Amino acid sequence: MLGEQIIKGMAVTAKNFFGSYVSKDRLTTVQYPEERLPQKYHTRQFPMLVFDGDPEKGLRCVACTICEKECPPKCIYIVKSKDKKPDYKGQPQLYPAVFDIDISVCMSCQICVEVCPFESIKMNTEFELSTDDRFEGLLFHKEQLAKSNEFYHQLHPDDAKDSDAVLAAEKAKAEAKAKAAAEAKIKAEAEAKAKAAAVAAAAPVGAPPANPPTPPPAAK
Amino acid sequence: MADKLDQIFVNVLHWLVSFLPEALRPLASALVCIAFILMVFPLIFSLTTIFERKGLGRIQNRYGPNRVGIPFTKIRLAGFGQFLPDGIKMLTKEDVVPRAADKVVHFLAPIVMLIPVLLTYSVLPFGKNMTLADYDAGLLFFLAVGGAVEVSVFMAGWSSRNKYSLLGAMRAIAQMVSYEIPLILSAVTVVMIVGSLNLSQIVAHQNQYTCGIAHWFVFTPWGLVGFLLFFIASLAESNRTPFDLPEAESEIIAGYFTEYSGFKFALFFLGEYLGMFAIIGLGITLFLGGWTSPVSFLTWIPSWIWFLTKMMAIVFVFIWIRGTLPRLRMDQLMNLAWKFMLPLALINILVAGIWHYMAADWQRWLVCSAIIFGAYVILGRGLMANQKLGLRVYKFAE
Amino acid sequence: MSTTTFPSDKFEVRPKLDAQGVELGQLLEVSMGPHHPSTHGVFRMDVTLDGETVVKLKPVFGYLHRNHEKIGENISYLATMPYTDRLDYFCSMTNNWAYALTIEKLAGLQVPERAEYIRVIMAELTRLQNHTSLIGFFVQDMGALGTPMMYAFREREKILDLFESVSGARMMCNYMRFGGVRVDVDDEWLAQAKKVVGDYGKFLDEFGAFLSGNEILLARTQGVAPLSKELAINASITGPMLRAAGVNYDLRKVDKYGIYSRFDFKVPLGETGDLYDRYMIRVLEMRESIKILNQALAGISAGPIMDPKAKLRGFRPKAGEVYGRIESPKGELGFYVISDGGPNPYRYRIRPPSYINLTILEDMCLGNKVADVIVILGSVDIVLGEVDR
Repeated sequence: MLGEQIIKGMAVTAKNFFGSYVSKDRLTTVQYPEERLPQKYHTRQFPMLVFDGDPEKGLRCVACTICEKECPPKCIYIVKSKDKKPDYKGQPQLYPAVFDIDISVCMSCQICVEVCPFESIKMNTEFELSTDDRFEGLLFHKEQLAKSNEFYHQLHPDDAKDSDAVLAAEKAKAEAKAKAAAEAKIKAEAEAKAKAAAVAAAAPVGAPPANPPTPPPAAK
Repeated sequence: MADKLDQIFVNVLHWLVSFLPEALRPLASALVCIAFILMVFPLIFSLTTIFERKGLGRIQNRYGPNRVGIPFTKIRLAGFGQFLPDGIKMLTKEDVVPRAADKVVHFLAPIVMLIPVLLTYSVLPFGKNMTLADYDAGLLFFLAVGGAVEVSVFMAGWSSRNKYSLLGAMRAIAQMVSYEIPLILSAVTVVMIVGSLNLSQIVAHQNQYTCGIAHWFVFTPWGLVGFLLFFIASLAESNRTPFDLPEAESEIIAGYFTEYSGFKFALFFLGEYLGMFAIIGLGITLFLGGWTSPVSFLTWIPSWIWFLTKMMAIVFVFIWIRGTLPRLRMDQLMNLAWKFMLPLALINILVAGIWHYMAADWQRWLVCSAIIFGAYVILGRGLMANQKLGLRVYKFAE
Repeated sequence: MSTTTFPSDKFEVRPKLDAQGVELGQLLEVSMGPHHPSTHGVFRMDVTLDGETVVKLKPVFGYLHRNHEKIGENISYLATMPYTDRLDYFCSMTNNWAYALTIEKLAGLQVPERAEYIRVIMAELTRLQNHTSLIGFFVQDMGALGTPMMYAFREREKILDLFESVSGARMMCNYMRFGGVRVDVDDEWLAQAKKVVGDYGKFLDEFGAFLSGNEILLARTQGVAPLSKELAINASITGPMLRAAGVNYDLRKVDKYGIYSRFDFKVPLGETGDLYDRYMIRVLEMRESIKILNQALAGISAGPIMDPKAKLRGFRPKAGEVYGRIESPKGELGFYVISDGGPNPYRYRIRPPSYINLTILEDMCLGNKVADVIVILGSVDIVLGEVDR
């Protein structure tokens, strides 16, 4: 019959109209900025650099420029430093003298995070970054990008724990390697000394030793 | 007490006018009534725009405007003050007139729209003894003056010297003229039964009660169909969805409104909504009993409150339809008017005649309902089957 | 091979002549320009009208050209992945999958089973949300003032929330990698996905009650712009438009890529290919997608999500050329890559379904009224990011 589907359609609309006063499902508006939705755990907005302890000395980034090469829109600009500073393993590494990210170019793809071998660049979740300075306001320098490890733990606890575990494993490996190297060195020294002693014992009497360490006794 | 509240406006009018000498009293009373209408109905128009936006918002699962209160103060009225900034915005926009446009006609078009619409308010009975000008040919006056709106649409489209405006105006006129006919024919049934064109008499005819229910014409078979036809035709006359091809023509042509900005656009907007209220008022008067109450134990509520309530209820239904239905295309619109509503209106006149001449018992209900229902089904099937419309069943690939 | 008569053969582009042979009136040339009221992006149509009937239509696009293929030649394979998100920006997961599939074919990588399940789940969720937005836009183009669109987007938000909780972004997911997916889904996500998919049937029922039988919708879409099978095949149309014309060609059944052969679903076919068929085919496809999702969510297996042989940095597939394609919600999305053994591709070319489906727009619109042109364009379901790349 003509018109009955239109009436059914109007019934659906009326259900939505009255439902919008009653159930949250029918009025899904969140009145920003008074109300905000909680952010999802994995939300990614713009990168940040993580440091342990001191923003200058504890910065994990070693200026390997892998993220700069892999970044699709090429928004990272790194200038390596001239001197070295010790990293978390104690080895002297380069550090970035200049590390700029242009967030008006960055497309939040997270590839820099994936390819970083040193767990130093991670994703931040802050998005209310609007500014009225078109150039400098959207160019983030090292100081703005550096965030502490505690902040990272607050933001993404699971990821931060994994990251710390990786670094701890690396550090343990490095320490084990160092210990093994030290032990090997001691063993090598001991071997060398034993070999020298054996050589001295096997040398003929009277022949002057290869390297006369002591002058002949003055009593002679 | 109820009677005093009912006649409060009439008494205030008489009291105001009594300060003047005898000779000037009719003129003064007319002027006061006009001022009253000019104050009240634009206010209702503003509130309706807000209700429309909020209502559409709620239908669409969102808030409508819900912050604006009174501007320049800190009072927040949950969005009901929105019409004030909107009005200020419309008044302060630059008034652009195209260089090649016909300036006089361009200027006059909104005025020609507004004045006939306001004139039609003079014959509507808003309450008991509350008609501004109780003509014996009140209905004829309303329909004749209301038809002048189409001239203004044509003036607007022609004077803009814009191909798109002209096409939009042509379509709008075709639509409005086609839907005048079912409008008038459905009103003719009421005139036949009552025997008079006087709107107050039409309301008085419906002011009788049988077993507590009023004698509204909408409670009869021919009246129900007449009301539905009148309703659809008034949707088309006011250019509302699903007939808003001239107005919300987002396809290419912005319609006859294109070259209007600022205050003139506000006048068009105002004229359109006031026209909507006027034609709803006429529908209420003809079919829904005007200012009478539907049940006899509620007659203590003042008559003008009944009239306003009924008008706002139908306005809400208009808003509801606007939120639900898509638009009809131009040729489908014309098909509906000429091939469906016109035959149905003619058959409705026949049925009203049969109703009048049969004895007043259950048989006439049966006969009239059967004829109307049969006609509706046949015409409806004809309209849809012409293009083989219908739900389809789809097969799946193996 | 029989010749196909195109509808444009029957129409002359000149106004009608009266009995004396004098031209009646003039033709009106309108540019439905890049700033559209009922828009699907920056797209322009130069339409020539005779009164209200369309006699000539020329689509003009290129307003959103972003050099995607050239950029693809200059950056590494992994870095192109976020750019493929932005091709058909509604369906980023399927774009990613098509590209990953192509490069896996080139480099000979194997995808573990859990990753295949996850890919199917993401692709079908993408299909659901794309078709949902389409039915919203379609009815809005007809003038229903936004109500169906609001309902459709309300449901789409739930799927986008799912995408955000797993990959970090709602639309530009950057989720597939060569050899698997980037992030694993946990049980909580699977439970949430099951809930969303379970509620979807109710939404489709409500939407169907709202609109699918609506007489005004029927009057405006049935019989308008039919598309014959021969014309569709000759013009390389793919996707729901082809199936609405009656041709049984769904790449999920033809190529059986991924693990689609394990799922039980049917392919709906239309009769005449008019607007109503295209609309209803998409609604039916949504129901089939819900079936696939239920099966995939129930049957997902545990395991690794990346091929252990896949390299993240310094990925250099061996030299060769490959064409990989999937059934995206819009049609057949194909990637053609020529590799010369270096870190960047030598040539990178995309077969965009929206672009190729648009070639037939003129033939469908001729003889129809202006008001129908917009609705016909809406039914082709274009996304300008894909058309212009």
